[in-house]
Amino acid sequence: MKKCLIVDDSRIIRRVASKILFELGFDPDEAEDGEKAIEAVRIRMPDVAIVDWDMPVMDGLMFVTALRKLPGGDKPIVIFCTADNEVHHIERALDAGADEYIMKPFDSEIVRSKLTILGALD
Amino acid sequence: MQPDDFEFLARLLKERSGLVLTKDKGYLVENRLMPVVRQKRLKTLAELLTALKNGEAAVAEHVVEAMMFKDTGFFRDWKPFEHFRHTVLPNLLATRKAKKTLRILCAGVSTGQEAYSLAMILDQAREAWAGWTAEIIGIDLSAPALTYAATGLYSQFEVQRGLPIRMLLKHFQKEDDSWRLKDAIRGMAELKVWNLMDDLFPLGRFDVVLCRNVLPYFDMQTKFAVLQKLGRSMSDDGVLYVGLHEPLSGVSTSFQAVNARLGIYVSGRAEAAKIATLAAPR
Ligand SMILES: C[S@@+](CC[C@H](N)C(=O)[O-])C[C@H]1O[C@@H](n2cnc3c(N)ncnc32)[C@H](O)[C@@H]1O
Repeated sequence: MKKCLIVDDSRIIRRVASKILFELGFDPDEAEDGEKAIEAVRIRMPDVAIVDWDMPVMDGLMFVTALRKLPGGDKPIVIFCTADNEVHHIERALDAGADEYIMKPFDSEIVRSKLTILGALD
Repeated sequence: MQPDDFEFLARLLKERSGLVLTKDKGYLVENRLMPVVRQKRLKTLAELLTALKNGEAAVAEHVVEAMMFKDTGFFRDWKPFEHFRHTVLPNLLATRKAKKTLRILCAGVSTGQEAYSLAMILDQAREAWAGWTAEIIGIDLSAPALTYAATGLYSQFEVQRGLPIRMLLKHFQKEDDSWRLKDAIRGMAELKVWNLMDDLFPLGRFDVVLCRNVLPYFDMQTKFAVLQKLGRSMSDDGVLYVGLHEPLSGVSTSFQAVNARLGIYVSGRAEAAKIATLAAPR
């Protein structure tokens, strides 16, 4: 089963995203900020990471930058998932190493289509 | 709604659009037609039906349009578009080198995403067809859907269904919480109000036809008739894309499957050699 890590400080979002990813055939894990997410990927490198931007302790941008430098950290597909929807936000996230970008609010169809584009389904 | 009213409406829809309104879809009628009732400054569905029965043409057009299923998305299902990008387009660029024309039809284009997805793919290969005439024609019986398409303004939800983020950045401009397709892509698609029940030959011949997620609403006879028309509007080695779950086997013998799972067919007149070049997508 493909593994996925949901990084978001909102418990509700984590739960919604986990459910969507589970239904798409992933084994989801959760972290509530970037630092916890770093700990999580050190133990288990996911196939996909869904990452919020604004979080306490360590934000999503710092997390992705750090992740990409870890051994094996280039492998996970990283999808930003945030309410920040300005062009410059999107550009910064892609520059930091994100593969895709979801603007909240989102639904399962959006998640599915982004994963399909990235070849992460089937 | 009275059973004979339902039947009257079902008959009208089938005649005018091919749509088969089954009893289990009855719940949709009120949902979709109440806005028409209000628009026409009527009070009840019954009044609308009376107007319909009196043969008011403008009302009928409105009702038919309102009953259409218009769901769509950019790069819907993704893989068929990848197949077009990697297999069909390069093949056409080779086989049409002398004529330097490329014509694509989106039959049932709805709010435009399908046509614009193809335009974005063509745009990426622009150098390969410099000096060519490339046409993407989108037809639909719904004038409001085409008007929406022509504005090129899509909601945040719409641009997130199927559209890769880098294409969003490249081809759209943000306007408040919506995204507007840039003219360079928008201008590549020509949109026309056209009914698939009518003749298609005034539109000319096409190298590629997409008729995706349109046929399932028709009955067998209508499907057959529409496929025949589409077939006659295609070049001998033309490629047809239907939706993912719309196998043509048993419906039409005018086409041969290239990849039935992805809904990709070639016109039956194509020689086997051509089909072989259109191998399964990567
Ligand atoms: C479900 S949408 C599919 C849109 C797009 N092809 C896709 O696959 O995403 C079906 C579209 O076909 C149009 N349509 C249905 N019957 C038609 C007819 N007889 N002539 C022209 N358009 C028709 C509807 O108005 C609607 O916009």
